[in-house]
Amino acid sequence: MSKNTSTDKFRRVNVDDYDENNYVDEDEGGENQIGPDEAEVDASIRQGNLNAALQAALKNPPINTKNQAVKDRAEATVVKVLTSFKSNDIEKAVQSLDKNSIDLLMKYIYKGFEKPSENSSAILLQWHEKVLAAGGVGSVVRVLTARKTV
Amino acid sequence: MSYHSFLLEPISCHAWNKDRTQIAICPNNHEVHIYKKEGSKWSRIHELKEHSGHVTGIGWAPESNRIVTCGTDRNAYVWSLKGNVWKPTLVILRINRAARCVKWSPKENKFAVGSGSRLISICYFEQDNDWWVCKHIKKPIRSTILSLDWHPNNVLLAAGSSDFKCRVFSAYIKEVEEKPSPTPWGSKMPFGELMFESSGTGGWVHGVCFSDSGNRLGWVSHDSTVCVTDANKKTTVAILDTESLPLLTVTFITESSLVAAGHDCYPVLFTYDNAKDTVTFGKKLDIPKQNVQQGLSALAKFRNLDKHASADDNNVHLETLHKNSISQISVLEGGKKNCLKFCTTGMDGGMAIWDIKTLEADLKGLKIV
Repeated sequence: MSKNTSTDKFRRVNVDDYDENNYVDEDEGGENQIGPDEAEVDASIRQGNLNAALQAALKNPPINTKNQAVKDRAEATVVKVLTSFKSNDIEKAVQSLDKNSIDLLMKYIYKGFEKPSENSSAILLQWHEKVLAAGGVGSVVRVLTARKTV
Repeated sequence: MSYHSFLLEPISCHAWNKDRTQIAICPNNHEVHIYKKEGSKWSRIHELKEHSGHVTGIGWAPESNRIVTCGTDRNAYVWSLKGNVWKPTLVILRINRAARCVKWSPKENKFAVGSGSRLISICYFEQDNDWWVCKHIKKPIRSTILSLDWHPNNVLLAAGSSDFKCRVFSAYIKEVEEKPSPTPWGSKMPFGELMFESSGTGGWVHGVCFSDSGNRLGWVSHDSTVCVTDANKKTTVAILDTESLPLLTVTFITESSLVAAGHDCYPVLFTYDNAKDTVTFGKKLDIPKQNVQQGLSALAKFRNLDKHASADDNNVHLETLHKNSISQISVLEGGKKNCLKFCTTGMDGGMAIWDIKTLEADLKGLKIV
């Protein structure tokens, strides 16, 4: 092979950076978003008050922050709460949430699907069924079209 | 409600003439076909063949009886009826991407074309040169313009774009009109001035509509939301997160009620409450045919379980009038103030005419404010 085919650094160039018409999302200042308070969530789980744990886990969603660690921690917290629910209690818990919380919960559920652990997908599917009944396909569409998600 | 199936292909766009006896549609190709209503049948009377790309927008000016069409060939043509033939005049839009939508202004002395070139072309007729010229609105549009609607004052223009924003621009052309008087949207309106820009929702803005007075602006976007804002309180936008699939087109039928339709294949009524700044879901405006529910045999039950994972076959057949997404809605009678009839066309190649009075009678609990 001739010499000039040896390097392939050009394959790693992100051509979108050089496109002057490239659409860049606006920065909406997410530095202060720290995610749900894990201590509060853990305390509620230990007390057995799972509904309160769910409400606490859905507070302060790290939507705008660019810090991946915060997002991972938040997702882990929410999945922990969701897996500690008994199957029969899921529906009642979903009924107690308002519209925005339903949309947010759907976002976390899909985030949870992305990184499955041994039993999480099955539990998440049960939650998905109940949240879908409450939020409709519109809530799924909003997960898919959201530019900034949890 | 009446439904007529024109084709098996999607109807890309449609426009009605002034007395609603003729409809111009694009049958998903490079042509525009004009159909005339004769009794209960529609017959094709004209074929407008000039575009070399799919026709994406048609506008029929009611008073001057001119048709404007725009297409993916980056051109627009203004058609005038000479005798019994429609004669086209080319309009140079100076765009390098497809044209997506076109709308005549209320006074019919200009029209606006939205395109994939991230700009809006405002075209007007220059008497001296006997030629249509255009001016561009570029800033701060960052992606394709998907939908347009004119304000009744002939100057302001609402544009929905795929950069997730709905904007109101001034399209004041000093060559063809007087300076506009101040409106609730603003008082200084030089050409290209941005009067309003939405924020807070995501998704491509598929449809925009001004209300009859022009004081209210409604839009639907791809994240399944319906938004309405009032010019007197521009900073507060009333947003409704719907539970259905995204809506593609919207129109006001009274000052406070909107009808929108989209991928769910049926029109929906929404109500805007100015005092509470809310948009609420009114009702689904489709009366399904009552299917005689025969008892399902055990064989049918298990077959459905195997095929569709559910014992009944409710989800297999669409019970709506349109069998595919509705892409365009237009008001037929009554204007946007007190609409009596509206028309929808969709990807199933069909056109349905909806009568508000009949819907009010048949659907219990339908309240149009």
